Amino acid sequence: MAGNEAWNEERAEAIVAARAGQPGATLPILHDLQAAFGCVPAEAMPLVAKALNLSRAEIHGVVTFYHEFRRHAPGRHVLRLCRAEACQAVGADGLAAHAKSRLNIEWHETTADGAVTLEPVFCLGLCAVGPAALLDGEPLGRLDPARLNAVLEPLS
Amino acid sequence: MTRIFVPKDAAALALGADAVAKALAPHATIVRTGSRGMFWLEPMIEVETDAGRIAYGPVAAADVPALLAAGLLTGGEHPTRLGRPEEIPFLARQTRLTFARCGVIDPLSLDDFRRHGGLEGLEKARAMGRADTIDTVLKSGLRGRGGAGFPAGIKWKTTADAPGEQKYIVCNADEGDSGTFADRMLMEGDPFCLIEGMAIAGFAVGATKGFVYTRSEYPHAIAAFDAALSVARATGILGPEFDIEQRVGAGAYVCGEETSLLESLEGRRGQVRAKPPLPAHKGLFGKPTVINNVITLASVPGILRHGHEPHQAIGYARSRGTMPIQLAGNIRYGGLFEAGFGLTLGEIVNDIGGGTRSGRPVRAVQVGGPLGAYFPPALFDTPFDYEAFAAKDGLIGHGGVVVFDDTVDMAHQARFAMEFCAAESCGKCTPCRIGSVRGMETMDKILAGVAVDKNIALIRDLCHTMKFGSLCALGGFIPYPVMSALEYFSEDFRRADAA
Repeated sequence: MAGNEAWNEERAEAIVAARAGQPGATLPILHDLQAAFGCVPAEAMPLVAKALNLSRAEIHGVVTFYHEFRRHAPGRHVLRLCRAEACQAVGADGLAAHAKSRLNIEWHETTADGAVTLEPVFCLGLCAVGPAALLDGEPLGRLDPARLNAVLEPLS
Repeated sequence: MTRIFVPKDAAALALGADAVAKALAPHATIVRTGSRGMFWLEPMIEVETDAGRIAYGPVAAADVPALLAAGLLTGGEHPTRLGRPEEIPFLARQTRLTFARCGVIDPLSLDDFRRHGGLEGLEKARAMGRADTIDTVLKSGLRGRGGAGFPAGIKWKTTADAPGEQKYIVCNADEGDSGTFADRMLMEGDPFCLIEGMAIAGFAVGATKGFVYTRSEYPHAIAAFDAALSVARATGILGPEFDIEQRVGAGAYVCGEETSLLESLEGRRGQVRAKPPLPAHKGLFGKPTVINNVITLASVPGILRHGHEPHQAIGYARSRGTMPIQLAGNIRYGGLFEAGFGLTLGEIVNDIGGGTRSGRPVRAVQVGGPLGAYFPPALFDTPFDYEAFAAKDGLIGHGGVVVFDDTVDMAHQARFAMEFCAAESCGKCTPCRIGSVRGMETMDKILAGVAVDKNIALIRDLCHTMKFGSLCALGGFIPYPVMSALEYFSEDFRRADAA
């Protein structure tokens, strides 16, 4: 997984400055911050607010509105498991229960060894090959507990 | 070397297409394409032979040595040999207009694009002028493919007529409905088509800047479209006259609603705006804005290229042209089926889709995403048409068809609809923000067998309030899946009670 750099104020300021002049720059900046740090660090929010001439509350509001933005860095790998209807129709609920029990975590949590973060996602556009997931951005289709185990095995 | 076409579509990648391409690379020239949209056959490869392209699928990387031994490079016989792709019944039965190039061409080859009619629509538009371009779109009867079905030409004309120096074209690629993947497939398989459609829209209404708002859950579509934008800029298709920028969403379903999308593009929480003012008058950054779905804009080049008549001639009642129907969920032949409106739901699910993947009986079909109604087989005579579905308290939305077999618990699905709405509500209006949470709690009581009759009455009342009191389609339409589940599958709501 790319990213998960340690907090570095200079680096964050450079990321913010690179896009601050764009119209409607908030989301692009937050995406870039998350790409670098794995999340939108609390320390970064005042920098974004200052650069865009917005209040900290407004930036906090944006970060917390969107499911994609994390407040804490994830594990070394991120498994995003689809929970939407098309995947439900082919067993996504059971697969999610299996994933949680095998990893011994709930949604949005990271395994004790820091290897895997489990996140729910509502649709990946892989609705004819479900149950589907993205593992570190790579698509997986027609998952079942055995296939998921095989995918997770080398990660832990 | 012989050319072999291997899809790079995300669904094909999910089934191992990269490994197949890697295994074939030493033996042939590999061309990565989009997908033809027959996902039960993916990864489906096509070999260029003297007799045209010959398809094989589904192919695993481990099959490659045997395929080569069987004469793959000259179209030799093998159990996975499918013959000419155009003759596969699922493809042969379609009317591929918008998706004509998808799965055929190299998505980033402008030469391929031009050879298959690309840019002819834009050239014709420029030759006929702005007014006639808008008139052609109006006369074609093209309606918004995002779900609402609003006539595209009227949006364009309103924006063109609105006073203002700066206008925008915004493409809604926030394809959040479960069961839909047409936008994703097009952006990965034929991105220049969308660029051409946006350039035509920009020319027609006098906009110099376009934005594509793509959902973050589509990393491959984002990369493919950005790559296409670079090619389009380098070759002068995009430039100072009209340029496009892609922006990425952040996992909020409600941002597929057009005013919420505009808020998000402007850098705020994706909260719905009250209408009026219409985006055509006051849209992005307060300027007149055309906001259309990917497929709407991608349909435009063909309409300009061939004139409004062929488009107008296909379809059913007031739904003109073709719709990329997306067959999803528990379905045997899942994929994208582009056809004129008017097929019945039964034809789509049984004849084309082949029933369930599990082999069990079909129990329910949800059409139009999480806000769409669950229809039982008793409604399979409903034609695929905006008005026909609305008349039965359903919607076709963006064309997703999600099939469930008889193991589905419809009370659970009704609860999920409320849970989804609670998670995704933007919070602006009370019926949606509070109603969805109360709906989820009430469904929990029903599922636990607590005062079932009283709580079902409460759900009906709540759905009525949400339907008529919500600001946008999220709270306004979530009653469709809930009420249809209750209407057609009421026995599921009484299981705990009976036990």
